[in-house]
Amino acid sequence: MSHEATHEDVQAGSHAAPEGGLRGVVADWSADKQAFHVPWGKAMMWIFLLSDTFIFSCFVISYMTVRYSTTMPWPNASEVFALSFGGGDPIPLILIAIMTFVLITSSGTMALAVNYGYRRDKKKTVMLMAATAALGATFVGMQAFEWTKLIVDEGIRPWGNPFGAPQFGSSFFMITGFHGAHVTAGVIYLIVVARRVANGYYDRTRGGNYEMVEIAGLYWHFVDLVWVFIFAFFYLW
Amino acid sequence: MAEGHQQHPLGIYLWIWVLLFVLSAFSYAVDYYQLQGMLRWSLVIIFMLLKAGFIIAIFMHMAWERLALIYAILLPPLCILVLIGLMFLEADYTFFTRLVAFGPAAEIVSPHH
Repeated sequence: MSHEATHEDVQAGSHAAPEGGLRGVVADWSADKQAFHVPWGKAMMWIFLLSDTFIFSCFVISYMTVRYSTTMPWPNASEVFALSFGGGDPIPLILIAIMTFVLITSSGTMALAVNYGYRRDKKKTVMLMAATAALGATFVGMQAFEWTKLIVDEGIRPWGNPFGAPQFGSSFFMITGFHGAHVTAGVIYLIVVARRVANGYYDRTRGGNYEMVEIAGLYWHFVDLVWVFIFAFFYLW
Repeated sequence: MAEGHQQHPLGIYLWIWVLLFVLSAFSYAVDYYQLQGMLRWSLVIIFMLLKAGFIIAIFMHMAWERLALIYAILLPPLCILVLIGLMFLEADYTFFTRLVAFGPAAEIVSPHH
C-alpha cells in the first residue's frame, strides 16, 4: 500500500517525507532513481572494471610484498626477457616491447571502431573490431611463446627458477596469466559483438544503437590499461 | 550531445594513439639505456601515469562523463593506496624477521645453531 502511495506522491509532484527503517531502505533502493546518466550497460561495465581493478591491484600488491620481503636477489627482467634474433646479441625486453605496441595499436583500432559505431558506419566498425580482435589474438600468441620460452628454455617455475628469488615465477605466471586470460576473453567478446554488428542484430533489437560497441571498447581499453601497469611494475621495475 | 552518446572528432583519437606510442617508446628506452636509481623509477611512474590517464580520459571517454560517474569509478581505487602502505610495512617486517632468523646474524641471535 505504501508503495502505491509513494508512487502517487511522485506523480503529484509532492515531497512527502520518505519512509524510515528497513522499509525505507527498500523504498530508496527500488525507487527507480537514476544516478548515472549513461546507458545501464555502460554503468555496469564501469562497475565491473572497478572490481577488476581491485583484483589486479591485489595481484600487483602481493607481487610487491613478496619481492620486497625476499632475501634473495630478484631476477633482472631486462635479461630474463631478452631475446636474440638470428644468433645476434640479445635485445633486452624486445618481445615485451613488441607486445606493448601490439596492444596499444589494438586500443587505437578499438577507439576508432567505437567512433565509427556512433557514426553508424557498420562496415568500418566491423573491420576495425576484427582488426582489434586479431591484434589481441596476436598478443596472446606472443604471450604463449614467451611462457613456453620461460618454462622450457629458462626453467622458470612458479616455485623456483635459476635466476634468483623463487617468488619471481609465481608472481609472473599469476599476473601475466590473469591478464592473458582477460585478453583472451576480450577477443571472444569482440568477435561476438562484431558479429552482431555485422549481421544487423543491433539494428533489429536496439534500433541501430551501437553503444554495445563502446561498452566492449571499455573492456578492451581496460585490458590495455592493466598492461600499462604490468609493463611498468613487473618488466621495468 | 545525447545522453551517454560519445562522439568526438577522429583527430583526437589519432593524436592520443600517437602519444601512447611515443610514451611506450620512452618507457622502453628507460630500460634499453639502463637508466638506474631515482631517475629510472620516476620516469617509469610518470610515463605509466600519463599513459593510463590518456587511456582512461580519452579512449574510455571519462573526460566527457558526468562527475557522478567519474567519482564513483576513480575515487574507490584510492583505497588501494592504503593497502599498498600496509603491505609495504608488512613486507619490510617479513624481510627483517627473515634476516634475523635465516640471515648471517641468525647464528649469533639464535642459540640453537
